Amino acid sequence: MVVKVYGPAYASPKRVILCLIEKGVEFETVHVDLLKGENRDPEFLKMQPFGSLPVTQDGDLTLFESRATMRYFAEKYKSQGTDLLGKTLEEKALVDNWIDVEATSFNPPIYALTFQILFAPALGLTKDEKVIQENEEKLAKVLDIYEERLSKSKYLAGDFFSLADLSHIPFTQYLVGPMGKEPMVKSRKHVSAWWDDISSRPSWAKTLQICPPPM
Amino acid sequence: MALKLHGVAMSTCTARVLTCLHEKEADFELVPVNLFAGEHKQPAFLAKNPFGQIPVLEDGDLTLFESRAISAYVAEKFKETGYDLIRHQNPKEAAQVKVWMEVESQQYHPAISPIVYQFFVAPLHGKTPDEAIINENLEKLGKVLDIYEEKLSRSKYLAGDFYSLADLFHLSYTYYFMKTPRANLINDRPHVKAWWEDISSRPAFLKVASGMNFGEEKKD
Repeated sequence: MVVKVYGPAYASPKRVILCLIEKGVEFETVHVDLLKGENRDPEFLKMQPFGSLPVTQDGDLTLFESRATMRYFAEKYKSQGTDLLGKTLEEKALVDNWIDVEATSFNPPIYALTFQILFAPALGLTKDEKVIQENEEKLAKVLDIYEERLSKSKYLAGDFFSLADLSHIPFTQYLVGPMGKEPMVKSRKHVSAWWDDISSRPSWAKTLQICPPPM
Repeated sequence: MALKLHGVAMSTCTARVLTCLHEKEADFELVPVNLFAGEHKQPAFLAKNPFGQIPVLEDGDLTLFESRAISAYVAEKFKETGYDLIRHQNPKEAAQVKVWMEVESQQYHPAISPIVYQFFVAPLHGKTPDEAIINENLEKLGKVLDIYEEKLSRSKYLAGDFYSLADLFHLSYTYYFMKTPRANLINDRPHVKAWWEDISSRPAFLKVASGMNFGEEKKD
């Protein structure tokens, strides 16, 4: 039975998809339309009671939360494809550390910007310029810390690409693309080089090709 | 060499790691960080955690921050001793533990943390608790707890019928929340209440709770 990933058009599911492609694991995708509220259908809520994307099915295992899911697949398939967790327990700990930085410090402001700039109009809401400005400032501070970190190591967890870098790709693509905030990345020399490197991985080109974003 | 945890016993995120260390019966030293003097914003500390937050773990050459990542490292490094928090021999159970660890981080924490902040931290800055922020987050927390109530009616703990790191992650913030006038959010939901009473009475947590006296008057 092939792995199924629900909601490929959106950013969070792309973390799982990137991981599966890097590990060479076959999968299918199932489209879920957030604007039509398909994530609130009773059938969907049975799989994912919080109603958010992605949901992933691996045989009789149903998983949600993209970061938990990508960690699961990276561990399950650790002997094949790209090494995404480092080679030692210590390297894995650093990977986990920087995935959590993405989850607790990077994601909240970039998610808020994504919602205000890209999704609010489609939902018939007016953009809140104050929220946009506050979150741009927060994100800038985080990127300043990343700039310092990436001046000392090529990738976030060390000198190896890992789930920690991968976790940033989908939403950063929104930032430099449809949100029009590429200068936030380009103005920071090491962040810019890091972004160019990780976003030019074949897995990302393949992800965008098979799962085009909703806008 | 024993682990060094930089933090303070009454801090929620330090307490998260302390609880894990006790469950794993790991040797460690708690190195106090003087928050009131701004030690965590000084260059020496920022060199360990550029975000200027506690806790930080030092294990030989390895320096880690983010309390959940630190806890996951401790749970795996010491997987053969103490209580098995991560179900390392059962991949399906381990996967569910990972899911509910993220649920704590992404659904529970964003709702409960502002409430705890308003009741415990705002007064230290001379502010009265902001009712609008509290109420907005109580509503969010209530919806999350409704989902927990349903889940816990089907399994004794969040990831299954076994206590895990996913349940542990909820302890420290919920402990402070239960000291606020809004503890009814937990107590009004029978399965959530039973789960809370169970996990908060584990010896490893009782050891940590005795140091969680944020905001209490010192008795001389």
